[in-house]
Amino acid sequence: MSFLFDVFTVMAVSTGVFFFLAGSIGLLRFPDALSRLHALTKADNVGLGLVMLGLLPRAGGLLAGLKLFVVWLLVLLASSMVSQMIARVARRGGSPP
Amino acid sequence: MTVASGLALVLALLLVSIAAWTVVTRRTFAAVEGFVAYGLLLSIAWVALSAIDVALTEAAIGSGLTGVLLIGAAARLRTTEAALSTERAGALLRWLAAIASAVVAGAIAVGVLSLPDPTPTLAPAVAEHLPSIGLGNAVTAVLLAYRGIDTLLESIVVVFALIGVWSLAPDPLWGGYPGPRQYADPNGILAYLARVLPPIGVIVGLYIFWVGADLPGGKFQGATILAAMWLLVMMAGLTDAPPINRTWLRILLVAGPLLFIAIGFAGPYSVLGRKPPRDNDWTTFRLGSATASTRPRPGPGKTRGECPCPAPSPRRGRW
Repeated sequence: MSFLFDVFTVMAVSTGVFFFLAGSIGLLRFPDALSRLHALTKADNVGLGLVMLGLLPRAGGLLAGLKLFVVWLLVLLASSMVSQMIARVARRGGSPP
Repeated sequence: MTVASGLALVLALLLVSIAAWTVVTRRTFAAVEGFVAYGLLLSIAWVALSAIDVALTEAAIGSGLTGVLLIGAAARLRTTEAALSTERAGALLRWLAAIASAVVAGAIAVGVLSLPDPTPTLAPAVAEHLPSIGLGNAVTAVLLAYRGIDTLLESIVVVFALIGVWSLAPDPLWGGYPGPRQYADPNGILAYLARVLPPIGVIVGLYIFWVGADLPGGKFQGATILAAMWLLVMMAGLTDAPPINRTWLRILLVAGPLLFIAIGFAGPYSVLGRKPPRDNDWTTFRLGSATASTRPRPGPGKTRGECPCPAPSPRRGRW
C-alpha cells in the first residue's frame, strides 16, 4: 500500500513539475503580457495543485494535509487576483511591471 | 556530489546572481523585484539549513513586508527616475564607493571564514533548560526569556521609529493622516481581495503567534502577517491609516512595551505555580558555555520541577 502511495507521489509531483516548467517556458517565450499571464496562472495553479496532491499521502495526518490544501487555495486566490490586476494594467496600454 | 549538496550549490549560485542583478540593474522597480525574489530564495536557503524560524521571518518581513514598502517607494520615485538615470557620479566618487564596498565585503568574508570550528554555541545549554521555561521552541525561549531585554527594547524601538515617521509628515498633516490617502476602485478586484483575505490572514497570523511557543513561528512572523492584512485593506482604499491624534491609537502603541514590562515585574510574584530555576542556571547563561560543561548535570530521572530549591525563597526576586 505504501508503495502505491509512493508511486502516486512521484507521478503527481513529476506532473506538477512539468506544468511548472511549461508555465515558465511560456512566461519566457510568449509574445505579449496577456499570453504570458495565461501561461503563468493556468500552469502554476495546476502545477502547484498536483504537487500538493502528490504530497498529501506523505503529510502525516489529516491536519497537515488540510494545511497543504489551504495553502493551495490561498495561492489560487492570490494568483487569480494578481493576474487580474496585471491584465487590467496591460489592457489600459501601460506596460505591466 | 550528493543531490543535497548539488541543490545547495544551485541555490547559492542563484542567490549570488540575483543579488548581483539587484545591484547592477538601473531600473528601481526591477531592483525591487530582484530584492523580493532574493528574499524568497534566501528563505528557502534558511529552510535548507533547518532554520525554519529565520526562514519564516525572512519571507514575511525581509521579502514580503519590506517588498511592499519598497514597491510603494519605487512607485513614488517613478517621476524622478528619468532625470536620475541621466546623471552619472564622478569617477572619484565611484572609485571611493567601489573601494568602500569591497572593504566591507572583505571584512565580512574574513569574519565568516575565520570563525573557529566548531563554532562556539550555547544551543545545547538552551535546549537543556527549555522545560524550565515552559516553551518547546528554543528560538522563542531565547527571544522571550534569555534575551527578553533585547526583545523589549526592540518593541520600544519600533514605537520610536513610528514616531520618527510621523515626524516626517508635513506640518499641515500633523495630527491627521500621516501621508497621502490611497485611492482604489471600490468595486475593483483589490477591494474584493481586501474583503476576502483579512479574516483568513488574521487567523493565520494569530495561529503562527500561538504556535511559536512550541514550533517555528512567533510574534515577529505573526505580527507581520497581521500588519500585511491591514496594509492590504489600506492599499485597497477601504480604510485609511489611523490619524496620529487618536488617543486609542497612542494607548495601543504604548500598551505593547508596557505589557512586556508588566509581565517582567509580575514574574517574581507569579502565582502560576512554576518554580523558578536555580540561581546557577542563570549565571551559567551569563558566563557562557565555558562554565556550562563544568556545571554538574542533574541526574537521570530528575526533572526541573523536582529541583531541590526551596519554593518560596528570597531568591525568587532575581527571576
